[in-house]
Amino acid sequence: MNRKGKSYLFRTVNVVFLAFLAALCLLPLIHIAAVSFSDQAAVSANQVGLFPKGFTLASYKMVAKRGAFWKAFGVSVNRVILGVAINTVVTVLMAYPLSKSEREFPFRRVYVWLLIFVMIFDGGLVPNYLLVHNLKLFDTIWALVLPAAVPIYNIILTMNFMKQLPGTIEEAAMVDGAGYFQRFVYLIIPLSKPVIATVTLFSFISHWNSWFDGKIYNNQTTNYPLQTYLQNLISSSDMTNAAEAIENALSNVKTLQAAQLVLTLLPILLIYPFLQKYFVKGITVGAVKG
Amino acid sequence: MTERRGAVISRNTPENTAPRKEEMSMKKTKSISKNPPIRFNWQKNWQLHLMLLPGMLLLILFKYVPLNGILIAFKDFIPRKGIFGSPWAGFENFEYMFRLPDTTRILWNTLKIAVLKILINFPIPILVAILLNEVRGKHFKKSVQTIIYLPYFISWVILSGMILDIFSLEGVVNQMIGLFGADPVFFMGDKKAFVGLLVGTDVWKNFGYGTVVYLAAITGVDESLYEAARIDGANRFQQIIHITLPGIAPIVMLMMILNLGNVLNAGFEQIFNLYSPRVYETADIIDTFVYRISLVEANYSLGTAVGLLKSVVSFILIVSSYKLANKYSDYTIF
Repeated sequence: MNRKGKSYLFRTVNVVFLAFLAALCLLPLIHIAAVSFSDQAAVSANQVGLFPKGFTLASYKMVAKRGAFWKAFGVSVNRVILGVAINTVVTVLMAYPLSKSEREFPFRRVYVWLLIFVMIFDGGLVPNYLLVHNLKLFDTIWALVLPAAVPIYNIILTMNFMKQLPGTIEEAAMVDGAGYFQRFVYLIIPLSKPVIATVTLFSFISHWNSWFDGKIYNNQTTNYPLQTYLQNLISSSDMTNAAEAIENALSNVKTLQAAQLVLTLLPILLIYPFLQKYFVKGITVGAVKG
Repeated sequence: MTERRGAVISRNTPENTAPRKEEMSMKKTKSISKNPPIRFNWQKNWQLHLMLLPGMLLLILFKYVPLNGILIAFKDFIPRKGIFGSPWAGFENFEYMFRLPDTTRILWNTLKIAVLKILINFPIPILVAILLNEVRGKHFKKSVQTIIYLPYFISWVILSGMILDIFSLEGVVNQMIGLFGADPVFFMGDKKAFVGLLVGTDVWKNFGYGTVVYLAAITGVDESLYEAARIDGANRFQQIIHITLPGIAPIVMLMMILNLGNVLNAGFEQIFNLYSPRVYETADIIDTFVYRISLVEANYSLGTAVGLLKSVVSFILIVSSYKLANKYSDYTIF
């Protein structure tokens, strides 16, 4: 085979292989969606693959009537709105002073060490649990929002972006007598929009996806956020004869559960295109960091 | 406890793909700025201090105050009496921990699962990134990248719901195994198959993220090197071996070093949502064990002791990995 033929063969095999990988990532999601739109009998008989069998909206109609699901949905929406707002404000407010050089802001080093230490040393499950308990935050939305209020990785990302903004812009404003607050509000924030969008999306995803805090900081299951509610529904880890329990439970409510999984995943899928766009920007941000 | 540290930190690692020149100047400014003594400078910098205040207060309340809870590990904690009122127990909790037959098993499981995940998760994204880079169709490349990156953003709760369905005894995977005439595998109950499932699904969830990072690194490789190689008659494969791989070596190295801090993180969220007592023998890890003894059995002192030991060892590992990363890759966190 000549060289051209070889390279053509490689390209074809390569494309087929990569398409297979992509399919491998997508098929489980398509399967679960197919199950959610299928007739319960067909699902119990394991006849559903990638296409719905006996197409029906029955499971979605059942979920629509499920008060517990929508209560949990509401808790999640609440925590996302409150949590993302707090995260973003804290991130931007902390990133700006930390983006200053140590010559300009000598105390920066102390703040940085305080942040790094908590990033790499964790008190552990029990101390955190007892703190939230002692602050009487159990069964409130604050238990889901405040312990995660300072997103250190987002702060680093934002700080790196602000560091690479040309210093001359701020110098000009400084000559005009603008203090840090004014420069921050009128110059830095408008210029930092891409990175603010990135960290807001990250924060949205992490709040929407987290379930463990909802599980340990709530005594009432009615206060569970959506992911914790689902975890409670799915998980077998606290049951003793788990394996049988799963097999039994799944065959009964498979379609219903699939519908709830799809609905929980939906916000992530909706926000994903934006995230893609900004994440690539986020990477370029990192690349030009100086 | 539930974070995969290396994965998140490396979010801004592509900085290392920046031209060398910038890194040099970064180092220079660093050495200058090392000099100024730490001063509070309230008069000049009060606005900066004020901006940091809300975040620092939250940080101190929710991250530093709980550190006094570490004392529980050295006490015979009685919730009614509080942390300071409970009687001291010295190192009793730690001694008890090492006498428990479970301890060695859990430590071994944690290391085994974490290291398996790191090792298998390591070459795949590099390979996929190189293959993706060879694709000429822009849309195809972008689509594949978008799709394989998606699972990274799905929570383990949703994924475990899907995995329990797909890998059940009558699930899709066992139907396919059946087509080859083999016996169905009880993934959720078989001690060996379950560990395989953990590693496999973890790779499935995370390889897209690594691919995006390496792809960004490959894009940063100097294009003129490829041109020169082509003129010298190097084929695609030779170009990959002699230009692409050395070009991304620093970031590969960095990712590997940062993974060192993860060898005690076997993946709490994943395992907790998939395991059952049937597979405790091979899949019970430090974090799941801590959860059960602290919050299910309410043995707070023992739970804190085990958690503290993990935190301290992790701390040492992470600090060493940062030191190494700083030495070999000019990597700085802040």
